[in-house]
Amino acid sequence: MFIGHFTERPYQDEKSGYFGATGKSIRDLDLSNDIYDPQIGADLYNRYLDERVYAEEMGFDGLMLNEHHSTPFCMGGAMNVEASILAKITKKAKIVLLGNILPIWEDPLWLVEQLAMIDMISRGRLVSGWVRGTGRESVAHNAPPPYNWERFQEAHEFIVKAWTEPGPFRWEGKHYNYRYVNPWVKPYQKPHPQIWLPGVVSEDSLKWAARQRIPYIMLATKLEPTKQAFQIYHDTAKEEGYKSGPQNLGYLWKVHVDETEELAEEVGRKFVQGPSNPFLAGNEGTANQALMKLPGLTSRRRVLPTMNAATANRGGVLSTSYEEQIENYTIVTGTPDTVIPKIRHILEELRPGSIFFWDGDGAMTHDDQMRSLRLMGQEVIPAVREIAKELDLPSSFDINPATGAPFEDTPAIAEVAD
Amino acid sequence: MTTTSQAWTEEIVELAGTSVQLVKGGSGEPLLILHDEMGHPGWMNFHEALGQNNELIIPSHPGFGDSPFLDWIMNMRDMAGWYLEALDDMGVGQINMMGFSFGGWLAAEIATMDPGRFSKLILVDAAGIKPPTGEIFDMFLVVAKEFITESFLNPEGTSEFATICPEEPTPEQAEYWEVAREQACRLSWRPYMHYPALPNLLSRLKNMPTQIIWGREDAIVPLSAGQVFNDSIPGSQLAIIDNAGHRPEIEQTDEFVRIVQRFLSG
Repeated sequence: MFIGHFTERPYQDEKSGYFGATGKSIRDLDLSNDIYDPQIGADLYNRYLDERVYAEEMGFDGLMLNEHHSTPFCMGGAMNVEASILAKITKKAKIVLLGNILPIWEDPLWLVEQLAMIDMISRGRLVSGWVRGTGRESVAHNAPPPYNWERFQEAHEFIVKAWTEPGPFRWEGKHYNYRYVNPWVKPYQKPHPQIWLPGVVSEDSLKWAARQRIPYIMLATKLEPTKQAFQIYHDTAKEEGYKSGPQNLGYLWKVHVDETEELAEEVGRKFVQGPSNPFLAGNEGTANQALMKLPGLTSRRRVLPTMNAATANRGGVLSTSYEEQIENYTIVTGTPDTVIPKIRHILEELRPGSIFFWDGDGAMTHDDQMRSLRLMGQEVIPAVREIAKELDLPSSFDINPATGAPFEDTPAIAEVAD
Repeated sequence: MTTTSQAWTEEIVELAGTSVQLVKGGSGEPLLILHDEMGHPGWMNFHEALGQNNELIIPSHPGFGDSPFLDWIMNMRDMAGWYLEALDDMGVGQINMMGFSFGGWLAAEIATMDPGRFSKLILVDAAGIKPPTGEIFDMFLVVAKEFITESFLNPEGTSEFATICPEEPTPEQAEYWEVAREQACRLSWRPYMHYPALPNLLSRLKNMPTQIIWGREDAIVPLSAGQVFNDSIPGSQLAIIDNAGHRPEIEQTDEFVRIVQRFLSG
């Protein structure tokens, strides 16, 4: 079992007027950055990095980052910058990028170099995930949506080749062209850092991951459609002639642990307050239909069972209340004693090899996050490891997803010399 | 797809290595019509009127309607190159050509590649040139219905608006629009809806009688772009239609038809 920590790093500014679920609309593309307060920005970037260091100290295996553009709900517009800092200020935890938005990169050779440098500086702790990005990413970096999927695949092939094959070589592709590929940095890990794929919507992407034997991480969706989507992965693996298992699958959902049940509920409700992700239940900003329908971004037909669960009933209505999310396990809050059995239930239902606790988000404060991290470290993580052993849930670092067999040598995490 | 008469036919034909949905109607001197970014809107009143004197030839461009998209067509000049071979295959000889909006841009590109091929050129609220003042409305940051509505100065007062943009589009209509938007997006995402060299290339049309028509209140492609077209094509004439937006052929059909017929018969 691989246990990671995640937050979207929201831009929290009570002066902005959109702080809180009943605040003003933060419809995608309708917000101007003229309200951006650099003091708040500086404090928050530093706070979120400090929390990652503490999460590592509390025993998390991985520190997950994501990237979105032109929106206050995620401050990671240049996620690789945060990852680079973590590479130096943390020592053991994997730095899990879920992920770089391949189709919006005009020059993926830069990604080859940046990621290899992060892997070098962290001495082999990078997990390099790819995503296709939502509409706002294509718009923000002006990447043509109908070619999103082609660019994703070509960039992936190019990056893997640049990481693994001796240069120099030429690349004359449909979307990317290079006359001299010979980066003077290569990944620390061999053959290259693990590549993971997170998602919710696209069946093409999930099947592609299964065919490439790339672990797929389902993001914050209900258990039943997640199970159905995981089954599509397993079925695709079977068609490809291999048996997929927990090492191929991951699941991320909201978990907050606190000192009392009352406090856990009070703080847990902050998940659905504050700058809201228009794609997430309970606190949606009004989804911009045009962004969701950006032409050709994803197939209109080949969508996953989780898509409707993730994007149904949008339009500013708070479609899934906090109580409903507690009921359906997409939010788990409580003291360690009440949280652990719920996590067991999720692990039994979905059988993922990697999990991510999404915490410290919405309107949560630094103190809220630190209390939760401490209790996770003291009680939850050790208990979850035992449950995972009992349920036999190996991660992609226990069983090689590319071969289905244990790694010959457990990949050593080199301690960075102090 | 709607019709006011059965004065037209629709068939699938093989042209330049692909199958193409082709609408034909009316009789007289042939007029090739290049549809806009939302696809052929169906047989409208202006088609009916122009069909009295002209045989209208209306292909769905590859990637629109029932014409499959071609992987290698990645920009407007690729599409223009394909069209020249398609016209060879149609065996139409020298022909008049009229393009609307995105189709006007396409017509301009085709004409600059082979001016001798065309007798007369009509560009209607054409995309393709970056307007010196104002900006081309971003069709991809709104949904289809919002874009079509924005194309009209007075949607409520236009009888055919509800035909083009029904309150509740059928699933087939909605899919037709999404297919059109996807292909328009492939060809025009960036630079958005224009080709920087087009004004320079247009000087090749110096011997081509060209009528430019613009709705004065066009909120999609500002009139200033029409003036650049007019300045860039030697000898062209610009007709501005009052009380019309981006779709003067629908909003002011009589005036539009009068201008086209006068030009074609002149």
